[in-house]
Amino acid sequence: MKLLHYWRAMWGIIWRELWRFVTQRERFISALVRPLVWLFVFAAGFRAALGLAITPPYETYILYEVYITPGLIGMIQLFNGMQSSLSMVYDREMGSMRILMVCPLPRWFLLLSKLLAGTGVSVLQVYVFLAIAWFYDIQAPWQGYLWILPALLLSGLMLGALGLLLSSFIKQLENFAGVMNFVIFPMFFMSTALYPLWKIKESSALLHNLAQYNPFSQAVELIRFALYGQFNSHAFIYTLVAFIVFMAAAIVGYNPSKGMMTRKGGA
Amino acid sequence: MNSSIALSVEDLSFSYGDKKALSQVNFKIQPGECTVLLGPNGAGKSTLFSLITRLYDTRDGRIELCGFDIKRQTLPALAKLGVVFQQTTLDMDLSVMQNLRYHTSLHGMGRKQAEQRIQQELERLNMYDRRFERARQLNGGHRRRVEIARALLHKPSVLLLDEPTVGLDVPSRLAIVEYVHQLAAEENLAVLWASHLIDEIYPDDHLIVLHKGQVKANGTVDDVLKITNTLTIKDAFYSLTQGEQV
Repeated sequence: MKLLHYWRAMWGIIWRELWRFVTQRERFISALVRPLVWLFVFAAGFRAALGLAITPPYETYILYEVYITPGLIGMIQLFNGMQSSLSMVYDREMGSMRILMVCPLPRWFLLLSKLLAGTGVSVLQVYVFLAIAWFYDIQAPWQGYLWILPALLLSGLMLGALGLLLSSFIKQLENFAGVMNFVIFPMFFMSTALYPLWKIKESSALLHNLAQYNPFSQAVELIRFALYGQFNSHAFIYTLVAFIVFMAAAIVGYNPSKGMMTRKGGA
Repeated sequence: MNSSIALSVEDLSFSYGDKKALSQVNFKIQPGECTVLLGPNGAGKSTLFSLITRLYDTRDGRIELCGFDIKRQTLPALAKLGVVFQQTTLDMDLSVMQNLRYHTSLHGMGRKQAEQRIQQELERLNMYDRRFERARQLNGGHRRRVEIARALLHKPSVLLLDEPTVGLDVPSRLAIVEYVHQLAAEENLAVLWASHLIDEIYPDDHLIVLHKGQVKANGTVDDVLKITNTLTIKDAFYSLTQGEQV
């Protein structure tokens, strides 16, 4: 009975999140427009400027659009993770977070369910993006579209956990602009999403180090390899450990006796 | 463990940094009893509710719900609790039915049982015909009714209402006050109703006056009138809070 309770609650939370996403058409469209603009405009412009050597998982010379696609998938998940944290701050301000927090289930489980729900939404977005990219001639082997699913789940969970952690620190919705400037942009630009590591190294050793240890880079590499049917064990372990660390910190952040909630005077 | 006590608060204190919000608060609520927690703004009512619902941690003192310590036996304690918060907590983009189903899933109820309970609670409040409307389409009074129905779906033993009638027109307010009193009597439910509106108190109610984080009076309406040597609750409140407006 206890297990059934957990299952029903988790499904209820996931269903609510998916339903909200599907019915909020503007959110759906804006989540797609961002990476598509990067793909159609930015990547097309950069194609001529940037020469790419053959590096794994690619076996031939590739167009810049092909290189940037896993990075844009990561971008979708990064924004979605932050969007979920934004919605948690909103829910907290509006009070609906309280309904979740007073139900008779452990907080870690409720937060994990919220995280899974957010990840489910980001996976949906990624597959729609990949479908559009297919028609733009960015095509991976068909197995890649299956292998990418577990990679997306892990990277989505890791980025969502980061968002969750941030949301436990953010007191008001207005502070979210800071997250954009201090988390999303640095994480995205200091990563392998736009340029390979060796290319970054050519310009700055410091940037190279930052990009290398940036968990977002590892998530992007995990996705990149999975899309070509390959398993990048280093990226997998790095992303998994980052997820565990962010999640544990978020659970502490939402714990009434240890975390930020009491100090902030709100839940 | 005393099962005849639905809610017990013992020596409860709470501070925000150096600012004391609650100081040595003590009271007990029996099943079937409607207790009004009366206090001006800033008295500590919402802090007390946040502690009872475990949104804040209880550091000094003890809270028990139906014999379960909220700090050590959090999950069984929360299972006994139904809450209506001061702010509306409905998801405006979902229908009434979807909002209520979400709550039943959080409480682990199966589809059939959930449908049955939703129908029962909405029918009691004359809201069943509106179950497919979005929460956004409902007026304030109807939203409150849905929130009360939602708080009762899992058959709690204790119902907390944090100023649930704020912002409602007089007929909606009176209807909700009457319904909750009726619930306490018929369902043997222990009700704790935070309010700053004196006309929401019935003569048989239990009354707790909270002022600057301290319980100034705790008893039946008659007890409070006797202690303060006054004839009306308004005068009693005035004397207990040294002239502060309700």
